[in-house]
Amino acid sequence: MTLTCPECEGPVLLTEPVRLSEVAQCADCSSELEVVGLDPVTLDLAPEIEEDWGE
Amino acid sequence: MIRVSIMGAAGYLGGELLRLLLGHPGTSIAQAVSTRFPGRRVDSVHPNLRGQTDLVFTAPDDLERCDVLLTATPHRATMKLLPEVRDRAETVIDLSGDFRSPDPEVYERYYGVPHAAPELLGEFVPGIPELFRAELAGAGLISVPGCAATAAILALRPLSGLIGPDVQIDARTGSSGAGARAGDTNLHAERSGAMRVFAPVRHRHEAEVARLTGLNARMTATGVEAVRGVQVVCHATGTSDERTLRRAYRDHYGTEPFVRIVAHRTGAHRLPDPKLLSGSNYCDVGFAVDGDRITAIAALDNLVKGGAGAAVQCLNIRAGEPETLGLGFPGLHPV
Repeated sequence: MTLTCPECEGPVLLTEPVRLSEVAQCADCSSELEVVGLDPVTLDLAPEIEEDWGE
Repeated sequence: MIRVSIMGAAGYLGGELLRLLLGHPGTSIAQAVSTRFPGRRVDSVHPNLRGQTDLVFTAPDDLERCDVLLTATPHRATMKLLPEVRDRAETVIDLSGDFRSPDPEVYERYYGVPHAAPELLGEFVPGIPELFRAELAGAGLISVPGCAATAAILALRPLSGLIGPDVQIDARTGSSGAGARAGDTNLHAERSGAMRVFAPVRHRHEAEVARLTGLNARMTATGVEAVRGVQVVCHATGTSDERTLRRAYRDHYGTEPFVRIVAHRTGAHRLPDPKLLSGSNYCDVGFAVDGDRITAIAALDNLVKGGAGAAVQCLNIRAGEPETLGLGFPGLHPV
């Protein structure tokens, strides 16, 4: 399945079956994207992983 | 088989032409011509070719007829040499700076001497397949642009109509661009660790960029701590956003075999870096925008896409061969 990157409009390939919260990376702009909906399949920018320094 | 001869085969560009053509399935090297080393083995000068060929250098006077003649000879000397050898091949591809501008006054302004063969200047097709593919298919005379010019032209061409007319190009280059002859400025003690601004204004490649992009291009050039590679950072103004710029680059290069759009948001290599391109025929282009400031970036190997690789790409087009033949090496990582 090919979707459009919400950041740069490049094609993003997803292997079916697609799962909620699955993370993909756009080959054109390298943005990390998260599947946020399945009907229809929707992508949004994945939240950045924040460092946890145990504080 | 296309029979190819190389003049200036002992230089760095000549060595790269030999390397690429020895791995090319559609060509055979007829002669490797050198003024300095006739009779000596090619691999005595280009040690990376040991085990690849038993060729020996030929003297210029012994140049025979061939299908394609590649001239990788010095600026100012080539304009005197080329008229004498023009009839030795159906196609001549010149890698020097002597036939890049159709205007003899422009040549004199940037190279400091009058042109010796002005009658030939208008006959050369620029060796940039991304802009002149159709013309190259029937060209008898081809002139490969300068390495920094190729990078800047490929970076800026998609921005036509999207940026203002004035652009400042900051070019950085490795030491191999200075050629294979020793000199005071090329001593290791002088060059190592240096960031030498050798052309603070009016670098000679800016005329080529201005001509082929229609922009008021101004270029500075700095020699940096690298052997291979050119990077250009082009500063312009405009009102386009990131999506518009990316669309413009895709429209120009989406199907180009040797131009990649590198403008990533994550990772260690987000924008074009020549280090990753050593030995390859790729030119990576990228961009960034901040308000009305647009920065275009390009990188390539000055000896390959900036010289020998571009010449082989043009040769393929001229011969009706697949454009990528013999040019598949993707570069090294890490290096």
